[in-house]
Amino acid sequence: MNDEGNYLEAGHDLKSWLLTTDHKRIGLLYLGSILIFFVLAAFAAAMMRLELLTPQGDLLLSADYNKMFTMHGVLMVWFFLIPSIPSVLGNFIVPLMLGAKDLAFPKLNLLSWYLFIIGGILALYAIVVGGVDTGWTFYTPYSTTYSNTHVLTMAAGIFIAGFSSILTGLNFIVSIHKLRAPGLTWFRLPLFLWSIYSTSLILVLATPVLAMTLTLMAIERVWGIGIFNPALGGDPVLFQHLFWFYSHPAVYIMILPGMGVTSEIITCFSRKAIFGYAFVAFSSVAIAVLGFLVWGHHMFVSSMSAYAGTVFSLLSFLVAVPSAIKVFNWTATLYRGSISFETPMLYIIGFMALFSVGGLTGIFLASLAVDVHLHDTYFVIAHFHYIMVGGMVTTFMAGLHFWWPKITGRMYPEKLGQLAAVILFVGFNLTFFPQYILGYLGMPRRYHAYPPEFQVYNVLSTAGASILAIGYLLPAVYLFWSWRHGKVATPNPWGATGLEWKTTSPPPKHNFAETPVVSEPAYHYPPLTD
Amino acid sequence: MSEGILKEQFDSLEQQHDASRLGLWLFLATEFLFFGGLFMGFAVYHLVYPLGFAAAGKLTNLWCGSINAALLLTSGLTMALGVNAAQRSRAPAASRWVALTMLLGAAFLAVKGVEYADDIHKHLVPGAHFALANQPPAQIYFWLYWTMTGLHAVHLLIGLGLLAAVWLKVRRGRWIGAEGAATELTGLYWGFVDVIWIFLYPLLYLIDRHT
Repeated sequence: MNDEGNYLEAGHDLKSWLLTTDHKRIGLLYLGSILIFFVLAAFAAAMMRLELLTPQGDLLLSADYNKMFTMHGVLMVWFFLIPSIPSVLGNFIVPLMLGAKDLAFPKLNLLSWYLFIIGGILALYAIVVGGVDTGWTFYTPYSTTYSNTHVLTMAAGIFIAGFSSILTGLNFIVSIHKLRAPGLTWFRLPLFLWSIYSTSLILVLATPVLAMTLTLMAIERVWGIGIFNPALGGDPVLFQHLFWFYSHPAVYIMILPGMGVTSEIITCFSRKAIFGYAFVAFSSVAIAVLGFLVWGHHMFVSSMSAYAGTVFSLLSFLVAVPSAIKVFNWTATLYRGSISFETPMLYIIGFMALFSVGGLTGIFLASLAVDVHLHDTYFVIAHFHYIMVGGMVTTFMAGLHFWWPKITGRMYPEKLGQLAAVILFVGFNLTFFPQYILGYLGMPRRYHAYPPEFQVYNVLSTAGASILAIGYLLPAVYLFWSWRHGKVATPNPWGATGLEWKTTSPPPKHNFAETPVVSEPAYHYPPLTD
Repeated sequence: MSEGILKEQFDSLEQQHDASRLGLWLFLATEFLFFGGLFMGFAVYHLVYPLGFAAAGKLTNLWCGSINAALLLTSGLTMALGVNAAQRSRAPAASRWVALTMLLGAAFLAVKGVEYADDIHKHLVPGAHFALANQPPAQIYFWLYWTMTGLHAVHLLIGLGLLAAVWLKVRRGRWIGAEGAATELTGLYWGFVDVIWIFLYPLLYLIDRHT
């Protein structure tokens, strides 16, 4: 049955891609589509960074600047980061890691891609016909009453894309429960699956609340009944509660999968089992659960009572515990390992540094008094970019390189890969570290002009952004090149454990010639000799 | 749909059935959270505006709401009996129970339609001619009332569509016994429609009447 060649050869016409139910092809469909959104969102970021090169507003009008940061936020969050690792790498790797032929619901999987595309087209349409200026947070009553931009179309796009997330998460949860290969018990699962499982819980349980929040916002905008309008007795802060009840857990959608990739790569390139498997596994679940209880820390200055603020502050500190457990355990895994520095590992080491900085500055922001000073400044911008770009984008790049031989059957050029990982790290830090200082000095976010004394840091940041751009362009070029011209990959080029390496590269359409049987714990690397 | 046939990603029908059951439970969890935003809004404003909500809560049509609660709860019973009969491969009984469930669901919608007409007649639609114009919180109450009951009715309508599909299959002896997964899942979904009303009924029709 597997004589039909690998999954890439199973049909070459457009129909064989657009109507495929093969999880591997759907993963690649997602890869292509999120890259388009990434380029557009990065363009918006480039416009902002160029505008901020000088203190006065000279490149963009303030109204256009507002549209740029909205476009950047909406596209990056919902159309790149959230689907990045789960929908691209997760779709490709999860059934392989499980030793399964596909996800539990292949047609639903294809449907989720189409929903994503429909949502994306609506969002792009909203941008093309004039854009939206509310920021990605759609705070009321501005979004419901005052903004004269295409809020409804954009919200509809996000609403539909949200159902794509829900279906993907649902598919992963059911697959991990029901499709594990014989012998693959819960505590033998690769940690990537634990983190995808935790991510999926958030996708499934938080996204519907966003859907309802956007629905209420849209109804309010169309009929002006007053649910979020203080003039009619409504409460705009209720919108913030509902919005962040989704959007804070969503932040963990944008980091948990990256943590899973890290566990895979750290063990492979130090040739050791993970230190404290159960702790790393359960810390993912703990992050998912605690992530639902901390949304209030976005609203410390939105007239929240001191008691509620204290509770949310404490709970936010608590999230740091499972996150720190992960970092400590990864570090302990490295200890006395046989470490090598191939590209994926370089990205991951960069990630550990960036995530630590991003996580620790999160502690600053979770502290009530400090947050009053830092709220809505560039400090916040720097903090979450350290998590989302330093965390998720870096690990996405790491995972893409790590599984590239499996996906394409070709090796990428190693030296260029290492160079790109270093460029990304340098460019990223130069872009965002100055923003911590800017925020600490009091520069507010979301303005197109600023007092001249902030210029030095802004110039540094813009210069860093141009280096960062090279860090993205370089892999785009050589990965594309290697798809045709790279060295042919063996089934297991890294000598890694995990079922995905037990099949050919690229895998056949049904993944395995025969159902694999698992008899070892995860990361069962041979003992190291001194 | 290739009902009853084992799909390639599963090893056994039982595994396939388990997977779809888990999938539907997860889907229902998302549905509860989707409604959760509205319940949250209702709870918050009920707390902030006890007087306005009390005034508004007395204007809903208690008769229609109660009859509907009885209809829908009974339909929950008939559906459970239908699923049970399907599991035992008793096609004629199963199709009768499913048909009865559809009738009860349709009756619910009919009563709801009468109630909506009555609400409109009494100017309970928020906006220019709203009956309690001097009470902005009452406006929020009815705004939530229309959204919640409307959204529930949409889900019920989808449920009727699913039931119709099940009925057509079951009366021809399909979707029962070993291939009865779809029937069981439809029953599960119908239970969800039922449960949402169990929450909506006291919130919208009962709790503000005693004051």
